[in-house]
Amino acid sequence: MKKAVIAVTVLCWIPLWGQQADAPDLAAKNAALEQRVRDLEERLIAVEGKIRTLQSTPAAAQPAAEAPPAAAAAAEPAPQAQPPAPAVPSQVVNTGGGLPNYGGASSAAKALNPDISVIGDFIGAAGNSNVPPLATQQPFPSLQMHESELGLQAIIDPYARGDFFISFGETGVDLEEGYITFTALPAGFVAKVGKMRSVFGKVNMMHNHVLPWVDRPLVSTNLVGGEDGIDDAGFSLERILPAPKGIFLEATGQVFRGDSADVFRAETRSDVSTVEHLRGYKDITESTNLDLGFSYARGHNDATLSDGSFGDFVTQLFGIDATLRWKPLRRSIYHSFVGRGEFIWSQREQLPSEQRAFGFYTSADYQFGRRWFGGARFDYSDRSRYANLTDKGVAATLTYWPSEFSQVRGEYRFTHYAENRDSHEVFMQLIFSLGAHGAHPF
Amino acid sequence: MLTMKQFVLGVIAIALLLPPMAAAKKINVVTATTDMAALAQEVGGDRISVDSIAKGYQDPHFVEAKPSFLLKLRQADLLIVVGLQLEIGWLPPLITQSGNPRIQVGAAGYLDASQFAEILEIPQGVVTRAMGDVHPLGNPHYWLDPDNGRRVAKGIAGKLAELDPPDASYFQERFQDFDKRLTAAEQKWDGEMAPYHGSKVVTYHNSFTNFAKHFQLDVIGYVEPRPGIPPTPSHTLDLIGLMKRENCKLVLVEPYFDLKTPNSIGSATGAKVLVYLPSVGGEKQVTNYFELFDYDIDLLKKAFQ
Repeated sequence: MKKAVIAVTVLCWIPLWGQQADAPDLAAKNAALEQRVRDLEERLIAVEGKIRTLQSTPAAAQPAAEAPPAAAAAAEPAPQAQPPAPAVPSQVVNTGGGLPNYGGASSAAKALNPDISVIGDFIGAAGNSNVPPLATQQPFPSLQMHESELGLQAIIDPYARGDFFISFGETGVDLEEGYITFTALPAGFVAKVGKMRSVFGKVNMMHNHVLPWVDRPLVSTNLVGGEDGIDDAGFSLERILPAPKGIFLEATGQVFRGDSADVFRAETRSDVSTVEHLRGYKDITESTNLDLGFSYARGHNDATLSDGSFGDFVTQLFGIDATLRWKPLRRSIYHSFVGRGEFIWSQREQLPSEQRAFGFYTSADYQFGRRWFGGARFDYSDRSRYANLTDKGVAATLTYWPSEFSQVRGEYRFTHYAENRDSHEVFMQLIFSLGAHGAHPF
Repeated sequence: MLTMKQFVLGVIAIALLLPPMAAAKKINVVTATTDMAALAQEVGGDRISVDSIAKGYQDPHFVEAKPSFLLKLRQADLLIVVGLQLEIGWLPPLITQSGNPRIQVGAAGYLDASQFAEILEIPQGVVTRAMGDVHPLGNPHYWLDPDNGRRVAKGIAGKLAELDPPDASYFQERFQDFDKRLTAAEQKWDGEMAPYHGSKVVTYHNSFTNFAKHFQLDVIGYVEPRPGIPPTPSHTLDLIGLMKRENCKLVLVEPYFDLKTPNSIGSATGAKVLVYLPSVGGEKQVTNYFELFDYDIDLLKKAFQ
């Protein structure tokens, strides 16, 4: 295309050139011609850039003012000047009276489709699970397509973006997360409304495919609802707080309906749950950083009175999380280390007496090659309903990435349940990713 | 009547709201990479302050989205990105979390510099991940062609003028001065590289394409079998065979890749293995856009001699 335009331009000039061949300043003409070809090339590059921008940017987020200054400053006057790029049709068809019909039938509408991704999570398990009846941990079946997570993500308008993560199990579908994020609020606030995983600690926030293990730690399963976790409909408000130089401090407050796995249960509309999180982060060196978090959650639980009806019982959770990361920038794709720990206290009101449980995990993961990671985890946790029952465990993982879009992981897990039962299990996990899955928060 | 407690709470609330509103006189520019920072500095002069998220010796595909970057982004008036999905793995969540409406995608303070540049290797036909970590919009390492540096600088000058109209002529003058110095430097670089036109090189990643086009070098192969895919033994053997057939005597490696495979290719073919700089700041002494080309051209000259 570019070559064709240049060729045509040159051909158009050949007759002129012939007429003026006797002119004394042939060299000057030549130079002018070269300059003109160069100018045209510049304009072509500017137009190509503009086309790319139009193709890749959602129309709603593309204000008309963003014409490339290169075009305005083009050396040539009117006739050949770039025609103003047509504004991309906003794809809104108003049918009159009713709601506008978004997304017309034109092929350009494809550019406005959300980023679509699917992440498959396949788990195979072997060994003796030996889970006692009162334990909260659920055994993995021998072979399972554990989860297929469909992600739909896009910028909604200049003020917000939307993210949907729909989780397909083998038998049912669950909206894991679906929320709008308001990114253009005044005073540095960021708000989310919808269903979302709450900010209680670190593991509760993580989707299955970003966990550094096949399973979740015992403390997460016993006290914070495990895989489902505190994941509820509500709204969230966060803001970066002023702090001494170099320290990142962020506060988040969330209000939910109050239904989350086996942790919270709302009987009436006023039984909302809340989660608060304060996060402090500091770069210790260019390669090393420390991340600390304090979390608090409160909501009504499903404890019943002696007549079987739900009582007005409350569960409170307190959490501290710490993460130490090391990743040398020059060799960032080859070596890294992450040490994590989460400590969680649960106070659950129930009959006959309040249960005060405590649990934690600590883990370390080391990347020893571009594609290879090894890790270990120690688990300790009381059970929220029977605080005198304590489960313990250790796990070791080995992870291989064939590419950035697939991952094979093996895990050995030993669990010692409070009932004095032991289990030795081996898991194999395969995670594979299709399409453009947006990056997860750090 | 206000109680003491209400008064204190009010003061705290106001204190919390104030910092993002307290705008500095200078335009606060944050860029994804050091090269964009260097170009912005050339045209922005003392009317802007510039900070880059990625370091020059870091792989720009794999930057960690650290919260400390949010501290920079929340104060930014202008965010300049390389674009073409180079930063797709780390920048979008930072922009969302920054709580800064000025730099959201599509806002006046968001500038995708790739729109100004000549882009090479735009994939034709169906793009799949079987091609590796391919960028569907084209090769994002475009700043290594000085002509693209000029185009991007011109685009940044225009954007700065839009954000700060009273200083528009200042930015225009700075651009014209940069243009003049770059044209002079280009003549020198072109002259220095002229004897080596058509020389064959192998690079680790396909980050050298625009440089090779401008200075008429011939990139015959890559250490990576596909962009972003680590070297495999069979591909390495093929590459060694190709280099022997084509008599290629130079392997260029970006500073963030392991030298093990390139060194073994070097010893099998007799080729020199050199770490070239794809970005400003890759070495301490390379602090601006001109020094980047000075460094790389010096390196190539010595290698070809």
